Amino acid sequence: ADIISTVEFNYTGDLLATGDKGGRVVIFQREQETKSRPLSRGEYNVYSTFQSHEPEFDYLKSLEIEEKINKIRWLPQQNAAHFLLSTNDKTIKLWKISERDKRAEGYNLKDEDGRLREPCRVTELRVPTLKPMDLMVEASPRRTFANAHTYHINSISVNSDYATYLSADDLRINLWHLEVTNRSFNIVDIKPANMEELTEVITAAEFHPHHCNVFVYSSSKGTIRLCDMRSSALCDQHSKFFEEPEDPSSRSFFSEIISSISDVKFSHSGRYMMTRDYLSVKVWDLNMENKPVETYQVHEYLRSKLCSLYENDCIFDKFECCWNGSDSTIMTGSYNNFFRTFERSTLRDTTLEASRESSKPRAILKPRKVCTTGKRKKDEITVDSLDFNKKILHTAWHPAENIIAVAATNNLYLFQEKVN
Amino acid sequence: MFVRGLKRKCFDGEEDIEGTLAGIKAIPSYNLQRQSLLDMSLVKLQLCHMLVEPNLCRSVLIANTVRQIQEEMTQDGTWQMINTQSTGQASLDRLVSTDILCRSSRDQAEGKHGPAYGTFSKDFESDQAQDSSETMSTASAVQTPRNLQSNVWEMESPQENKGNFQKSLDQIFETLENKSPNTVEDLFSEVDNSYYDLDTMLTGMMSNTKMGHCDSLETFSSPTNTAPNSNCKSDLNDLDHIVEILVES
Repeated sequence: ADIISTVEFNYTGDLLATGDKGGRVVIFQREQETKSRPLSRGEYNVYSTFQSHEPEFDYLKSLEIEEKINKIRWLPQQNAAHFLLSTNDKTIKLWKISERDKRAEGYNLKDEDGRLREPCRVTELRVPTLKPMDLMVEASPRRTFANAHTYHINSISVNSDYATYLSADDLRINLWHLEVTNRSFNIVDIKPANMEELTEVITAAEFHPHHCNVFVYSSSKGTIRLCDMRSSALCDQHSKFFEEPEDPSSRSFFSEIISSISDVKFSHSGRYMMTRDYLSVKVWDLNMENKPVETYQVHEYLRSKLCSLYENDCIFDKFECCWNGSDSTIMTGSYNNFFRTFERSTLRDTTLEASRESSKPRAILKPRKVCTTGKRKKDEITVDSLDFNKKILHTAWHPAENIIAVAATNNLYLFQEKVN
Repeated sequence: MFVRGLKRKCFDGEEDIEGTLAGIKAIPSYNLQRQSLLDMSLVKLQLCHMLVEPNLCRSVLIANTVRQIQEEMTQDGTWQMINTQSTGQASLDRLVSTDILCRSSRDQAEGKHGPAYGTFSKDFESDQAQDSSETMSTASAVQTPRNLQSNVWEMESPQENKGNFQKSLDQIFETLENKSPNTVEDLFSEVDNSYYDLDTMLTGMMSNTKMGHCDSLETFSSPTNTAPNSNCKSDLNDLDHIVEILVES
């Protein structure tokens, strides 16, 4: 199994897609509750597996293009088939996943195994009939959106008009129409005329869930810009600029690096957005640009270890974050296979672990605690014994229920709220 | 914290005698930490170059960190050419800084720019040794800035250090932008193949996700720490040893 690089529920939550470093996409489907297997409700089983991207070689630059899937985004379902967008560093693909449970039998010109029948053997005309067969799930690439990005794609986001989507790389954001592959419109370009002056890159971008003309993008300097596509074709001028002033007392050489935003997500309501930087998660009200309305510390105990984390490159890890369906709780990952949830109204936070040892099927997860003071209590873990190889970068929350998907390196964990 | 407490001590040290004594201990530590961070950042940038396709975000963040350190060093006066013979009334911290810089110049003289890692790690080691003995000399040449750059790019003359530093950073971005075999060739024309072995070695060392030797740097930030150097020094001794082997092979 390969390292999971993205996790995403579809709009109903019945399907869960994961992309991995090897370019594969695995889709899980939720089992329907049946009388014969009452406990199977909520279980996700493999529905489809396909190779989305292959490694490529850019001959012009003599560079290999990784096949790692950076993001998957589902399209809302409009017919029996499911559609999703998956992207690696350079190319976005639209995949159609469809079920086939019938096959045609009784062809005139072909045998059952597909071989052509000899013309002299064809003595009568018959109409093929549809016969049931074992369910087969097919994935086929319907569109390939290529050659529009010089830099590495970090985000894709489907617009609420369900007809367009954006793709963002380090310096540019492009707008596509789902039906058109040979053309895309550049809507943001922060590449300086002189690359020597480059000091800031785009780290994430997302469309507003309801307003199809609004999108945001975050930067490596900890800022978020909200743009309105109605104002101009090229949205280099932002409509809103979100930045929290730096606390001068905590300034260090690492301040900028830890302020770099790794993920930005609108709330389902569209009123708020959430950003993840290295040590914290911030909730912003779109109407207030000068500071976030809520800040949650994910692993503040790492602040004194920034030098070591810089040395081993962990400081550059890009954690994602997500909202639950009602926007009441937010979730993000940490190290040692820990992930954290924060209840916004009660300010209650929980640390849980996604590992084989601590997750027996159907057993309730025990909250974990990291010891920050000198005295370690029983069951607490000291900061120095945290495993920085085990990082939870990707998590997803079911759009309606309390089911969460947590990717721990090459394992996928699914947890759900215990229903009595 | 890494920076704040020490820096305050640095300036406070000039005002009162006890503070000054504390300042002597604190100042080399802060400069050394900063130096080490700068060296580490340059190594990271260089490793970026060697990767198949460098991560632009990471490169930009590291380059910004390097610029920040450079700016601070410029403000501190550490970056400038200092002629201490003409300044009899030089403040204590300036003397100490010069001393560190002078030590690096001696190392600079004996090593070539090829084994770059060897150069700066040796500096660190010799800095450490000097720190523990706490002697002060008044040599004049300032070679550290030059030293840093020569790790990555061609040899520059001392007077142009700041400008070349900027130029070197720019070179990185240009190379990232149009990564063609020629550009890469130019950049690496002076580097021998042992670099690539070093690369794997250092990447392996650096990606060791347990707390590395940098941990001991973190202990510097607590002023009560009496023996911060030992862990750091032994790890860097290892690094230096490895570099020596590679260079000789």
